[in-house]
Amino acid sequence: MSTGLDGYNIGYLDEQTKRMIRRTLLKAVAIPGFQVPFASREVPMPRGWGTGGVQVTAAIIGPDDVLKVIDQGADDTANAVSIRSFFAAVAGVRTTTRTDEATIIQTRHRIPETPLADGQTIVYQVPGPEPLRFLERRETETRRLHALADYGLMYVKLYEDIAKYGHIATTYDYPVMVNGRYLMAPSPIPSFDNPKMHRSPALQLFGAGREKRIYAVPPYTDVESLGFEDHPFEPQRFDEPCAICGSTGVYLDEVITNDKGGSMFVCSDTDHCERAAAALTGADPQEVIA
Amino acid sequence: MYVAVKGGERAIANAHALLAKEGRGDPGLPRIEHRAVAGQLAVLVARVMTEGSLYDRELAARAILQAQGDALEAITLVRSYRTTLPRFGYTLPVDTAALPPQRRISATFKDLPGGQQLGATFDYTHRLFTDRDTSGPRAPEVVSPPEMPRVTDLLGASALIEPVPPAGADDPEPGDLTREPTIFPMSRAERLQALSRSDEGFLLGLAYSTQRGYGGTHPFAGEIRVGEIEVEFEAPELGFAVPLGRIELTECQMINQFRGSADTPAQFTRGYGLAFGRSERKAMSMSMVDRALRAAEFGERITAPAQDEEFVISHSDNVQATGFVEHLKLPHYVDFQAELGLVRQLRAEFRERAADEPAAPDPELILAEARA
Repeated sequence: MSTGLDGYNIGYLDEQTKRMIRRTLLKAVAIPGFQVPFASREVPMPRGWGTGGVQVTAAIIGPDDVLKVIDQGADDTANAVSIRSFFAAVAGVRTTTRTDEATIIQTRHRIPETPLADGQTIVYQVPGPEPLRFLERRETETRRLHALADYGLMYVKLYEDIAKYGHIATTYDYPVMVNGRYLMAPSPIPSFDNPKMHRSPALQLFGAGREKRIYAVPPYTDVESLGFEDHPFEPQRFDEPCAICGSTGVYLDEVITNDKGGSMFVCSDTDHCERAAAALTGADPQEVIA
Repeated sequence: MYVAVKGGERAIANAHALLAKEGRGDPGLPRIEHRAVAGQLAVLVARVMTEGSLYDRELAARAILQAQGDALEAITLVRSYRTTLPRFGYTLPVDTAALPPQRRISATFKDLPGGQQLGATFDYTHRLFTDRDTSGPRAPEVVSPPEMPRVTDLLGASALIEPVPPAGADDPEPGDLTREPTIFPMSRAERLQALSRSDEGFLLGLAYSTQRGYGGTHPFAGEIRVGEIEVEFEAPELGFAVPLGRIELTECQMINQFRGSADTPAQFTRGYGLAFGRSERKAMSMSMVDRALRAAEFGERITAPAQDEEFVISHSDNVQATGFVEHLKLPHYVDFQAELGLVRQLRAEFRERAADEPAAPDPELILAEARA
């Protein structure tokens, strides 16, 4: 298959690198939530713009895959468009915006509203893979804390939140315990999305390119957001429905409509919003966004 | 309105077209050729090659042009190409003692075997705008350069400087951060590789900080040399080394004080810097930071940023640093929305608390009562 880019391998990365990343992925799947170091390569995007996710996707993507890329839940944000067109060019794969049609979903900051299914893989772009980093800045030390499952620091931080504010004041990248063993950063998804990770039928892969770490949550694995008996984890909720499609129980973006404090709330997940709006009017979803 | 908030394919295509147009400058003027850049902006090309970890003048020059002179963007381009290249193995170590120097200076000895040679340097130039004659120096080139043993080898002969590799140590395999995961603590070989890829400005700042009391190492520029050297590769199927080509290098060996310890007599210690092309500032900064990072080896107290391996190595790669700083341009609607919700909630709770609490007594009133 031609890649459309002369001088570059299918999926951009050379086969040796893909093999190295796949080995890392196998280890990551075998130890859910454990951060496996890998020799992260440069990719033609800047670090911090999804280079970890891009490497993971490049290592697992094949000609039969259908790829969806979202950023902030949306398929049409510039970075999502850019990464999608990169894989269309270097891997020659079919792309989609429909969550249920995709075999691989690369995401930044969201999990789609449409529940993921068996056989799907979701690849998270991760800026900071270490959940303890802002509590202990040294890698040599955080590695030891994970080895000993010594997560007291994090519980103290959450306790201090409660003491100070009356509730936990972490709203995104909310720490989770995976398979009852490893504390894991879910990437900066809103805490709203955390429950979707718990026993998800999809394979969840996490790539941190700049920090050179890969980790994974295999399908149907326990992913528990931290909390206390008297102060259990509470994901954020919205009071109003989406102004476009009327959906409730979904994550919303606040769109400022004027300079007098006016705003409206619309779905962050564009695919969900298009289809919900189409169902409302009975129109073709493509016409709704046009 | 809603659609306009989110980007889109057309916006990206237009932005790139505009970028290309901006980069062309005045279409009435001739386009700069990459060979002109390689020849006339050789110092910038050397930096892009060094931090891009790829010795290819032509490619680095093309990268500089494509990046419109943005060094970090050019380095990113070079790195993104380099990473796709297959790796056949390691070349033989280059013997920099045999490097026929175009430039060789020592700040520790006035005269030394082989002599000092200023070479092409900005040192001692007056920084005034001038159009200099470019026909070259008047004196004839030295036909056969004299032997120039390394200054550190001269000191080493009388054991005044630590031996390299340390006495009794085997020659370790070089590490390769671009092929193996980075794990702290690093070997010195890996650290040196990371430093040679590091941002020149960042290393310069750190090196400077050690001179101002943040982890002092009392450095002397033992020797700086610049020259071209042959690179050889031993292919296993041949069984002998074949030359691959010549590369220009700048090497700096910094000599530092070490007062000795209970089991080691006083001795000078080393910091090492090596970079492609004419990259003297980089090589010097690197050698100072290398020495500062060896603090633990010599039982020195680690008190300053330049001595902290995790701090230095994790933040010195400019491709990583610029990428992550600039990623803040990417949308963060979702996280910001989450924080917005939290701030509103906290403010509402604050107002509720304020409403519930009885009004604080007026201190003036209390005072008045007390007086009465």
